[in-house]
Amino acid sequence: MFDFSLMLEKFMDFRIQIAEAVGETFLMVGISVMAAILLGLPLGTMLYLTAKGQLRENATWSMILNGFVNIVRSFPFLLLVVFMIPFTRFLVGTAIGTIAASVPLAIVSIAIYARQVEQSLFEVPRGVVEAAQSMGASKLKIVYKFLYVEARSGLVLGLTTSTISFISYSTVMGVVGGGGVGDFAIRYGYQRFETELMAAVIVLMIVLVQLIQFTGSLISRWLDKR
Amino acid sequence: MISLHEVSKSYSSGEGIFKAVESVSLTIREGSIHGIIGPSGAGKSTLLRMMNVLEPPDSGKVIVGGQDLTRLPESQLRVARRSMGMVFQQFHLLHNRTVSGNVAVPLELAGMSKRQRKERVEECLQFVGLQDKAKQYPARLSGGQKQRVAIARALAHRPAVLLCDEPTSSLDSVTTGEILNVLRHINETLGVTVVIVTHEMDVVKEICHEVSVVEQGRLTDGFALEERTARNVPRHKPSYRELLLGKAGVSDV
Ligand SMILES: Nc1ncnc2c1ncn2[C@@H]1O[C@H](COP(=O)(O)OP(=O)(O)OP(=O)(O)O)[C@@H](O)[C@H]1O
Ligand SMILES: [Mg+2]
Repeated sequence: MFDFSLMLEKFMDFRIQIAEAVGETFLMVGISVMAAILLGLPLGTMLYLTAKGQLRENATWSMILNGFVNIVRSFPFLLLVVFMIPFTRFLVGTAIGTIAASVPLAIVSIAIYARQVEQSLFEVPRGVVEAAQSMGASKLKIVYKFLYVEARSGLVLGLTTSTISFISYSTVMGVVGGGGVGDFAIRYGYQRFETELMAAVIVLMIVLVQLIQFTGSLISRWLDKR
Repeated sequence: MISLHEVSKSYSSGEGIFKAVESVSLTIREGSIHGIIGPSGAGKSTLLRMMNVLEPPDSGKVIVGGQDLTRLPESQLRVARRSMGMVFQQFHLLHNRTVSGNVAVPLELAGMSKRQRKERVEECLQFVGLQDKAKQYPARLSGGQKQRVAIARALAHRPAVLLCDEPTSSLDSVTTGEILNVLRHINETLGVTVVIVTHEMDVVKEICHEVSVVEQGRLTDGFALEERTARNVPRHKPSYRELLLGKAGVSDV
């Protein structure tokens, strides 16, 4: 029989290590979310703009950008992490540790969110772009005064979904010493047969994911006036 | 005001080249309400969209205010477009901005200060009779009200011309009448030239001074509506001219 009080007890015993692991997860996922916003959003916008029939239709760029996104997303994640070690070392000076682990995670995050952004932008009715053009809006203004405004709830919801995948990806980062909650659950809970401790950490992650989804949905609904 | 010189536009589709507009020349008189009527797929919208070069013609000239818009570089074309408001059948409002936010958009694009913007937005909403809806989001408005917002938005930057593509086609007849009154009012009090694309005869009868008939990508007729005379019953399938004027005649296109 599963012992809940034991689970709680274990959780309290390891609270310092757990807090540290949570901190690492937050750091990795936080960096990924930043990367997604700063680079995934523009990349997704470019995917949209260069697509056929769009404002900056360009078959070559469209192929290159789609190629990048598809390759990154279809790479088995652990292989990507290994494959990227030279780049990671070049970028942050080491291939080991939480910051280093954030590099491949951020790359995947950019690709994942870019797709979400592209989808959200495609949902904006074409007429909105036409109205914008008729007002003499430049392409840049069309993007952020029209497209982002109309797509904003989708952009937030997409970021929410993406963030949850980032958390999931981050759990395997133990292989390059990235730490985090997933790594903690494996090392302490699984490898040392501390089933209750593992369960406690899993519950913690479920709560975390629920919280993110709830907040994201709430903001998205609040932003949506359609 | 606006003249199209021999404009053509074709689209290449699977089965070859489709001529949507074929060498049309047309002048819109300053201060007039000009109707463009014709059956579905005739090329009316394409023709209207050429007037602000949303649809660049394959050949021909688009002269507005003395300059050929087809030869302007992108940045100058954008400026030129600001003096031509556009109104659509499906309104194309920003649903995530309030009514006043929507009307403010063209002013923001033109870089107007916040205070001036507020003033101008109020003026425009007052003009279309929607000042009490300023803080609402478009989703809460009726079709007619949405179209008024769209008209207010098109007016915000004090355009010389209003290009309307089927502005009443998704509205009932009462609301259509209201919107046509707003357009007539704009024409009469502000002196704005209005171009209306429609397939509804009544719209042309109601407010147009002049009308151009477009069929299969060609301009097939054009006449002033003041010439209206007693109608005689046509025996053959009546042309748009006969339906509107009640008589046949020589085109003055
Ligand atoms: N981007 C495009 N690509 C291919 N064909 C097009 C395109 N735009 C318009 N056409 C074709 O050109 C023709 C004229 O289109 P247009 O929209 O101007 O007609 P319309 O007179 O406005 O018709 P409606 O009353 O249905 O709006 C149509 O047959 C249409 O299928
Ligand atoms: Mg049309």
